[in-house]
Amino acid sequence: MTSIPLTSPQGAPSDTSSAADGRIGENALRPDGTLKVTGEFAYASDLWMDEMVWGTTVRSPHPHARIVSIDIGPALATPGVYAVLTAEDVPGANAVGLEHEDQPVLAETVVRYKGEPVAIVAADHPEIARQAAKKVVVEYDVLEAVTDARAALDPASVQLRPSGNVVRHLKVRKGEELPTAAVVVSLDFEVGMQDQAFLGPESGLAVPAEDGGVDLYVATQWLHVDQRQVCSALGLPPEKVRLSLSGVGGAFGGREDLSMHVHACLLAMHTNKPVKMVYNREESFYGHVHRHPATMSYEFGAEPDGMLVYGRAEILFDGGAYASSTGAVVGNGGTLGLGPYRFPNVHIDCYGVYTNNPPCGAMRGFGCVQAAFAHEALMDALAERVGVSPAAIRKLNGVREGDVNITGQVIDSAAPCEELVQILLDMPLPAERSGADLLSLPGGVANSTHGEGVVRGVGYALTYKNVGFSEGFDDYSTARVRLQVIGGEAVASVHTAAAEVGQGLITVEQQICRTELGVGRVVVHPKNTQVGSGGSTSASRQTYVTGGAVKAACEAVRARVLAAAAQVCGHTADDLALDGGKVVARSGEVVLDLAELLGDAELFADEGVEETVEWRHRPTEAVDPETGQGNAHVQYAFSAHRAVVDVDVDLGLVKVVALDTAQDVGKAINPDAVLGQIQGGSTQGMGLALMEEIVVKDGHIMNPSFTDYLIPTILDTPPMLIKILEYADPHAPYGVRGVGEPPTISSGPAVAAAIRQATGKALRRVPIRPEHITGT
Amino acid sequence: MRVTATVNGETHQIDDVWEGESLMYALRERMGLPGSKNACEQGECGSCTVYLDGVPVCSCLVAAGQAHERDIVTVEGLSDTGELHPVQQAYLEQGAVQCGFCTPGLLVATHDLLSRNPHPSDPQIREALAGNLCRCTGYEKILDAVRAAADRMDGGPA
Repeated sequence: MTSIPLTSPQGAPSDTSSAADGRIGENALRPDGTLKVTGEFAYASDLWMDEMVWGTTVRSPHPHARIVSIDIGPALATPGVYAVLTAEDVPGANAVGLEHEDQPVLAETVVRYKGEPVAIVAADHPEIARQAAKKVVVEYDVLEAVTDARAALDPASVQLRPSGNVVRHLKVRKGEELPTAAVVVSLDFEVGMQDQAFLGPESGLAVPAEDGGVDLYVATQWLHVDQRQVCSALGLPPEKVRLSLSGVGGAFGGREDLSMHVHACLLAMHTNKPVKMVYNREESFYGHVHRHPATMSYEFGAEPDGMLVYGRAEILFDGGAYASSTGAVVGNGGTLGLGPYRFPNVHIDCYGVYTNNPPCGAMRGFGCVQAAFAHEALMDALAERVGVSPAAIRKLNGVREGDVNITGQVIDSAAPCEELVQILLDMPLPAERSGADLLSLPGGVANSTHGEGVVRGVGYALTYKNVGFSEGFDDYSTARVRLQVIGGEAVASVHTAAAEVGQGLITVEQQICRTELGVGRVVVHPKNTQVGSGGSTSASRQTYVTGGAVKAACEAVRARVLAAAAQVCGHTADDLALDGGKVVARSGEVVLDLAELLGDAELFADEGVEETVEWRHRPTEAVDPETGQGNAHVQYAFSAHRAVVDVDVDLGLVKVVALDTAQDVGKAINPDAVLGQIQGGSTQGMGLALMEEIVVKDGHIMNPSFTDYLIPTILDTPPMLIKILEYADPHAPYGVRGVGEPPTISSGPAVAAAIRQATGKALRRVPIRPEHITGT
Repeated sequence: MRVTATVNGETHQIDDVWEGESLMYALRERMGLPGSKNACEQGECGSCTVYLDGVPVCSCLVAAGQAHERDIVTVEGLSDTGELHPVQQAYLEQGAVQCGFCTPGLLVATHDLLSRNPHPSDPQIREALAGNLCRCTGYEKILDAVRAAADRMDGGPA
């Protein structure tokens, strides 16, 4: 079995316990909340250990170049430096990646994007490490860079890989090949590159172990997929590479790929010292993948009344230098790219390509966000052409339960498109602009208008997203649950490897244990690789999948406890339940005290009752490579947004006045946490519509800082009316439906629509910049 | 350079302070006070906000040497009673904490706001907290927390 390091770092994760109330459906408080408001919660960048040294990364200054030579001599000679390592020092496979192992841990002969790691340095002070990194002399032979995704598709372009520049091309074909329609609308749309902009930078601490292995404490989204890649790169078996989740300062997809993981382990094993690595904000922009920028061409055909006849789309995602999760993003863009509407005839080509731009991969909304801007703009264009309202066109065409979607899959649980739109129509609109408070106008504290040139607009969007991993992926989670007596009290403990990144999974785990085992106190063990995989904290899947695993493990524990109780009390196990720390009969009669029962040495060993369960949702299947048809997804989650904006048309400034939403969540396990997801997710979507873009010029990021990459502040973010629907999905534990991503998909298109309505401008690119509005 | 400063009521002395060393680095890596957070190190996000002689500052923008013989209060020092300060309690109870990386800076900024203005309006709250980025919450529950903290500190309904 796995061993524990001889000494743990300060800030290593420990048990989180809470005796607070809160079963499913209640607003239980986060068990880590007190630590987070006192400053005691230890994030990955807070880890500290005696004798630790600091690692830093030497990165390529070129988007595409051949490495002629690397001289580490001057860097290694710097006082205080312990190691300088290059590709030659990677003992295992120098190739990692989520879907394709196509990315070197350290570049060997070629660098494929600006910022690619080339060498790593360990020193006894972070500033010495940074100074030494500058002394690593790398001679490059600069190569022609492919920085335009459209050009990359051209077979005559420079081919960046032996297999060509296409990571994946997904075709979706349904119905007639060349359908005709009375009304045809079409448009091109472009979405810029968005950053996850989590606040806690990439960080971790690697500790060399006596067994020749390594213990890595790191902020991540999926410990086991990290472990697989670190093992491969180090050439070590899993039992020698032990990962623990350190405190995570947000993720949003940006921690699915490796960052400093292998680098810190390599330096730790070479120096035989604990090695800490913490990116600063600029390095963070180079250190993780971003949301794919996309160019899209769409055409919808409809009957004169607006009923859709066909949808055609070409979607092109720029995957950047390495594949990351581009294949799955293409999968989503293709299978979900026309939105939650009924289309008898479909023709989609969705591409993801390699370029020499920054690598792109997972971000909240995953392929659906980009497409939603296009299909929602087109639905508005269609509404205008046929003379109905934006709400009416969506209610007319929205999918319903039992419909067959564009990939031939029956939507077999609630699909309340019509109701979501109607809820928005029924919500009150914000008051007309009074002009009394200049801060509430576009421009805000800049006092750039007193109301002249300001116009208001309202926009709607309706979108959906798959929940969980799709296209046949074996998507499971593992939970170990124990019930035992601690201090005379029956206490549950839960151990999963599913990453808590701030969303509140640990609260949900406790709520499920309290509900299923009838106890108050629930201990959450640190997340680590000493229990089976929890799968990724992404795709809005953890409450569903790890929640399902915890529920199943609780049920297995409960079955054993009740079977033992039945032996003692004369009731059948079927007639018994656990509640309030007691074994109770269905009649409500208290039969036994749970702590006393668990303490019965003849029935149970000292450790109490423990069960470990691996739990899977319904299987999905790969889609047909020629038609894209198949049951690709396990669940769909629907949301709708209405945005109200004031736009200063002279200066191009936008103030979002209201951002109201309705969403079906199946079952709100923790209603307050659901609201928090919707509020935060809506804000990220609004950010993409208005201000968020990594500007890339010739492969170079022009704005790698929070000075120049803008995310919404509290002044930019409006009040939100939120209506939650709870139509249980009969296939999901407790009926839950994924919550985290849908609001990020529907909010941005609603904001864009509102600005179009206010200004009358087409606005076919996001983020919408002032010059797009003023035309200057 | 040797720097002596009062941090959360205790005297701290650190030696060999290098010229480029920030107060944030000194607090986090040398004084054992990692509560102030290293989100941007550019003075843009407010996560490292501390009081310097009673004035909120981004500790990443203050040289450690500038803190010599001055008084600093960090998130770890907001409460000296062993109980949560009402601002901390309000953030916890209102669900204003998700990943929590922005929380220490927001707590100091909120503490400062309410000490200057015990009954801020929503626009005043927004203006006061405009220097603190949060990526998780969308700020709605942060507004709830500030309002709740104001009520609680006033003895009114929390």
